[in-house]
Amino acid sequence: MQNLDPILQTRGLNVYYDTKKVVTDVNLDVARNRITAIIGPSGCGKSTLLRCFNRMNDLIPSARVEGQVLFDGLDLYGPDVDPTEIRYLIGMVFQRPNPFPKSIYDNVAFGPRINGFKGDIEEVVVRSLHRAALWDEVKDRLKSSALSLSGGQQQRLCIARALAVEPRVILMDEPCSALDPIATLAIEELMRELSEHYSIIIVTHNMQQAARVSHYTAFLMVEESRVGFMVEFGESRQIFTNPEDERTEAYITGRFG
Amino acid sequence: MVRADFDRSLEDLQAELVGLGEMVEKAIIKSMDALQRRDLAMAYEVVAEDDLIDAKRFELEEKCIDLIATQQPLAIDLRTLLAVLHIAVELERMGDYAEGIGKICMIIGDDVPVEIPEQLSRMATLGLTMLRRSLQSLVERDTVLADDVWDSDDEVDALYDNVCHQIFLDMGQHPDTIEAATHFLWVAHDLERIADRATNIAERVIFLVTGRFGRYVGPAAGD
Repeated sequence: MQNLDPILQTRGLNVYYDTKKVVTDVNLDVARNRITAIIGPSGCGKSTLLRCFNRMNDLIPSARVEGQVLFDGLDLYGPDVDPTEIRYLIGMVFQRPNPFPKSIYDNVAFGPRINGFKGDIEEVVVRSLHRAALWDEVKDRLKSSALSLSGGQQQRLCIARALAVEPRVILMDEPCSALDPIATLAIEELMRELSEHYSIIIVTHNMQQAARVSHYTAFLMVEESRVGFMVEFGESRQIFTNPEDERTEAYITGRFG
Repeated sequence: MVRADFDRSLEDLQAELVGLGEMVEKAIIKSMDALQRRDLAMAYEVVAEDDLIDAKRFELEEKCIDLIATQQPLAIDLRTLLAVLHIAVELERMGDYAEGIGKICMIIGDDVPVEIPEQLSRMATLGLTMLRRSLQSLVERDTVLADDVWDSDDEVDALYDNVCHQIFLDMGQHPDTIEAATHFLWVAHDLERIADRATNIAERVIFLVTGRFGRYVGPAAGD
């Protein structure tokens, strides 16, 4: 824990929807080239917190963010920051695979193209599909519709699409909740591989998944008086074998509420 | 309580583990009684009954494996199951030492008049107390008591050194009793190991409660 090298940091982070506070005073360090899991019961603000990391909350009109989110020291909510640019550097993968109704190739090429990429786009597509562990399965059908792929393949395609624009961080919001156990394990395996080069934050309801895949875990909770506050953060092996806070223990052992 | 069924299983498992502890306790008492009284029938019973202890250990182990596989335990639940697994093995081994003493009784037989070194019964009493207290520390999740059990082991070790020394002296003075005396060395060794295993149980209790290996470090002194 002492040597955590943060790529992202939140400082005194509060998020409101209108006047309702949904994230309360979160100070979280996200380690570089590691996987950080955010766990907690429904409504604890974990997805909202995740969306703060690439300003996706800007798209929700009633949302308001207070405090700082630092990306290698740069305040993402500073006046000169372009949220679109941030979303290339900090990509996102969603709960349900959401490929565009285009070919497999065009899905991956989409980001670099609209980004005005001038280099060898085919090379980017091939590399991204390789990194997303999908190449072998799709190399002979790159022109087929992305929608012809299985759910697990579609999700890996979405990861490849995110990788094509050379992000530094990948945010994953329940990326396996629509997948079967085998496809889930394939994504988890992929996440571990990707974490050598990318920093990953995953929101998951699946405690076993957080325990299997993540290096660090943050536990968020909701109480009557406050919502979305961080109870405990630590190395996952410690959180899942010997958490310090009894509320964390109650949650991960399924004795919550 | 969301996991009432799982909680009941954990409680039952602990009760069964304590039950195994009681079987082992009886076996040790009986083996020492058999030795003191030169009661070969009783010694035979101890040896035969060890199969029940072994069977109970495997039964507990299977139940732990089932719960690990079906309940995916984490944190305190995981540590509880790992502790039960470990302690069941420790108890089973303690049963083996009682069985060993039973076998020695049968080897010594009941015809040669040999005096049994008095330290042996003292060692047995201490070992039994350590066993009982280690299981009490488990039931009460009492790390201070567990730590205390750990301390008691020094006393048993000292008695062991002492009895070995005396047995060697006796061997020199009464060469005709060398064979029986050698067997008493084994009894002493078994009793010393029983105390070691009780210490291991105490160690597991500390792990179960604190998640740390080694001696209990109180909140004030630790962290």
